[in-house]
Amino acid sequence: MTAPSGDATASGGPADQGTNAPLPEAFAEIVDDFHAVSGNDRVQMLLEFADDLPELPERYRDHPELLEPVPECQSPIFVITEVDGQGEEAPARLFFSAPPEAPTTRGFAGILAAGLEGLTVGEIRAVPADVTENLGLAEVVSPLRLRGMAGMLGRIKRQLGEKAGLQ
Amino acid sequence: MALPADPAPELQEYAHPEKLVTTAWLADHLGEDGLVVVESDEDVLLYDTGHIPGAVKIDWHLDLNDPVTRDYVDGEGFAALMSRAGITSDTTVVVYGDKSNWWAAYALWVFELFGHADVRLLDGGRVLWQSEGRELTREVPQPAATEYPVLERHDEASRAFRDDVLAFLGGQLVDVRSPQEYTGERLHMPDFPQEGAVRGGHIPGASSVPWAKAAREDGRFRPRAELESVYLQEQGLDPAAPVIAYCRIGERSSHSWFALKYLLGFADVKNYDGSWTEWGNSVRVPIVTGSEPGEVPAR
Repeated sequence: MTAPSGDATASGGPADQGTNAPLPEAFAEIVDDFHAVSGNDRVQMLLEFADDLPELPERYRDHPELLEPVPECQSPIFVITEVDGQGEEAPARLFFSAPPEAPTTRGFAGILAAGLEGLTVGEIRAVPADVTENLGLAEVVSPLRLRGMAGMLGRIKRQLGEKAGLQ
Repeated sequence: MALPADPAPELQEYAHPEKLVTTAWLADHLGEDGLVVVESDEDVLLYDTGHIPGAVKIDWHLDLNDPVTRDYVDGEGFAALMSRAGITSDTTVVVYGDKSNWWAAYALWVFELFGHADVRLLDGGRVLWQSEGRELTREVPQPAATEYPVLERHDEASRAFRDDVLAFLGGQLVDVRSPQEYTGERLHMPDFPQEGAVRGGHIPGASSVPWAKAAREDGRFRPRAELESVYLQEQGLDPAAPVIAYCRIGERSSHSWFALKYLLGFADVKNYDGSWTEWGNSVRVPIVTGSEPGEVPAR
């Protein structure tokens, strides 16, 4: 997809940093896994991520108002981040909520949850914004729908920057 | 050979009852020769989470649209798609999908542009089938490739283009988007992404009849008397005069197009699939904001 620059990040600004940084190891493995298969197998892999998206912890299940909606997605999806401390080195945690009738969105969230798990604020903020276009998913879900995933990543980065006192 | 129409009494009140099937009828006929069930959803992965046994997936974005031009596939593309789906020109096709059948109605509309003879909607769509506890499977069928003729697409009967709409101003235009999109407060559906229109509002003279007025809570179409109350009594639409429906990209208006043409029997109904993402971006086309249809400019 040849998206205009800036289209991939909802928030712009610091989220655009680190476009040339290498991918975190777990995320790079996911990218490799998607590229190792094609066509319907890619669809099945995305479906596995949708099926395996962790449930929200109870503290958020009862407080949906704490979650940030991602309007770039066609279906309702909410994301919330937690940062332990301040600065680039602070560990980050990500939580997502999307209904079962929105499996594409759940799959995108599942990829981000697995690919960014256990990383620090700085490591996540350095993930290239165009990683969502490099999974080989455009041909199976269409470039239009992939915008939602870029929107999620952009919002995660912005939340992390705010919570870690970086902006 | 086409399958017989669903004789369910609740369908017989519609102008063209043969265009709908009930979930019970479909459950009884699954697997019969001459029937292919097609799922068409907004969420491209929904089919893969579980679908009606034997159903094939046809995606509006990946399969029905041309990948380059903003248009539908051509006759060769459609024939190849039908062949992959195991559909012949004699096949009875039943389409169903999510979101009260928006995308299913849109797929049906595209099938009809190509003149496929027998294509019907599953009344209530995916949600009703699921809520009735009927079977879903993740098993993807592998239909044998069929020979489907390369047909020319005939857009004239059911499709309106921007210039057709410009020439039609003052006629019966139906805007099926949400009230906020109609007034111009919003450029997209609530909770949906902005899909790139630079101006908000509606086409001058268009009536606001949100698509959901044709749907029941469970996803089925409303009974004929209720549809008549909305479109004939409240809106004063004349079934004998032409109508053009539009929304944002043509999917919700396919739902209303189906209701007007096949359930109420309007003589001439077209879907303007360019819809607001075209009109709201076009240079110097007239636009009205606010809750009234507004003045139609002199031509």
